[in-house]
Amino acid sequence: MTNPTHFDAIVIGGGPAGMTAGIYLSRARLKTLIISDGVLGGQMVLTHEIANYPGVESISGYQLANIMKKQAKSFGCVIRGNTNVENLDISGEVKEITVSDGQVYTADSVILTPGGRSRTLDVPGETQFKGRGISYCATCDGDFFTGKEIVVVGGGNSALEEAVSLTKYASRVTIVHQFDHFQAFEYAVEEAKANPKIHFIMESSIERFIGDEKMESIDIKSLKTGEIHNFKTDGVFIFIGYVPNTEFLNGKLIMNKWNEIIVDVDMATNIPGVYAAGDSIVKRYRQVTTAVGDATVAALAASNYIHQLKTKELHESLTN
Amino acid sequence: MLYTNLHHVMTASEHQKLINENENVMICCGRMGPMCIPVYGIMEDIESEYTHVKFADMEFDNPEAYVIRDVPEVRGFMGIPFTMYYKGGKLVKATSSIQSVGQVKAILDKEFGVLVK
Repeated sequence: MTNPTHFDAIVIGGGPAGMTAGIYLSRARLKTLIISDGVLGGQMVLTHEIANYPGVESISGYQLANIMKKQAKSFGCVIRGNTNVENLDISGEVKEITVSDGQVYTADSVILTPGGRSRTLDVPGETQFKGRGISYCATCDGDFFTGKEIVVVGGGNSALEEAVSLTKYASRVTIVHQFDHFQAFEYAVEEAKANPKIHFIMESSIERFIGDEKMESIDIKSLKTGEIHNFKTDGVFIFIGYVPNTEFLNGKLIMNKWNEIIVDVDMATNIPGVYAAGDSIVKRYRQVTTAVGDATVAALAASNYIHQLKTKELHESLTN
Repeated sequence: MLYTNLHHVMTASEHQKLINENENVMICCGRMGPMCIPVYGIMEDIESEYTHVKFADMEFDNPEAYVIRDVPEVRGFMGIPFTMYYKGGKLVKATSSIQSVGQVKAILDKEFGVLVK
């Protein structure tokens, strides 16, 4: 009888990379489990419209995620959503994963697709005032700030583009950025600078969010002089990039200084049988299409690894 | 309409009926956006586990959603979704913006108790 908690492959992460791996592995008749700490779809569900996914003219990230989920399930892939990985032992031939309800799963191969998340400032008051003045989504919450004065934090494309889009609602938008220049493309910088509602506080950072029932002001520190001043504002939108969700892998495999997983051309990590794909690996371009591409390679390489492992086991059982 | 697999509340009277007829109710009031979809997903995933709780959603821009948008408990909320927890017809907890499964379960367990199987 087969062990119900042993899988040929376990995929950790349920974004487009994870679901692609799930589709390829389960279609290859490999017993596959996807463990996702959030809702299936990852950051893809945060996209209102995807218009550059080849073969699909226009679709929401949510719909595309649902189709991928349906595809994976149709091939027999087992999916556990909203489940955290509590412990991970991937060093041996049999990989062991313990999840939040205490259940232990084992597998011959593991594909890591944990993706990334929006970076937070991690300063006092940020958690307390999330949804009470602090937002990470302009299209979601912009209309709460109609006629109000707000702050946008960041200096990349997202920050400047969202600052411009927020001028539809806000009476004044102040961009607070830690450097004396922006990382965004020139067109985005020019558009923001040309907007009369947008103002800039450069070489500065937010030190603290202050308020009672909702956020009312922030402490801004000049990184040049060290001086801190209080700044009244109705809202703060934070767009300061992404970080990989790889903390749970610290010490388990080789990553670079930004905690991105290092892989070879087969998406193999330095641990035999462990592959990685999607936004959490070292790469330059992070798109749904590149995640899907990486994961296809990872799944095919993992399939080959599992096949070799099974052939070896069969050979050993026949010769013993 | 919200494209979820949850029970949809469309009118204020439906909302009243739902919270009156069910002891424990969780309603997520939002749009099909990045902060809301993860909360609907959590609710869909845990619906079978929390059989003593009735899960539903309501569209934030539906005029009838004033029953959620205009209550004093959400004063100061500036992020969707507004997620409401009702016990015996009374609002016992409300949260603003995205929540994790851990945060949602902690509220459900605290407000509605853990179901003994």
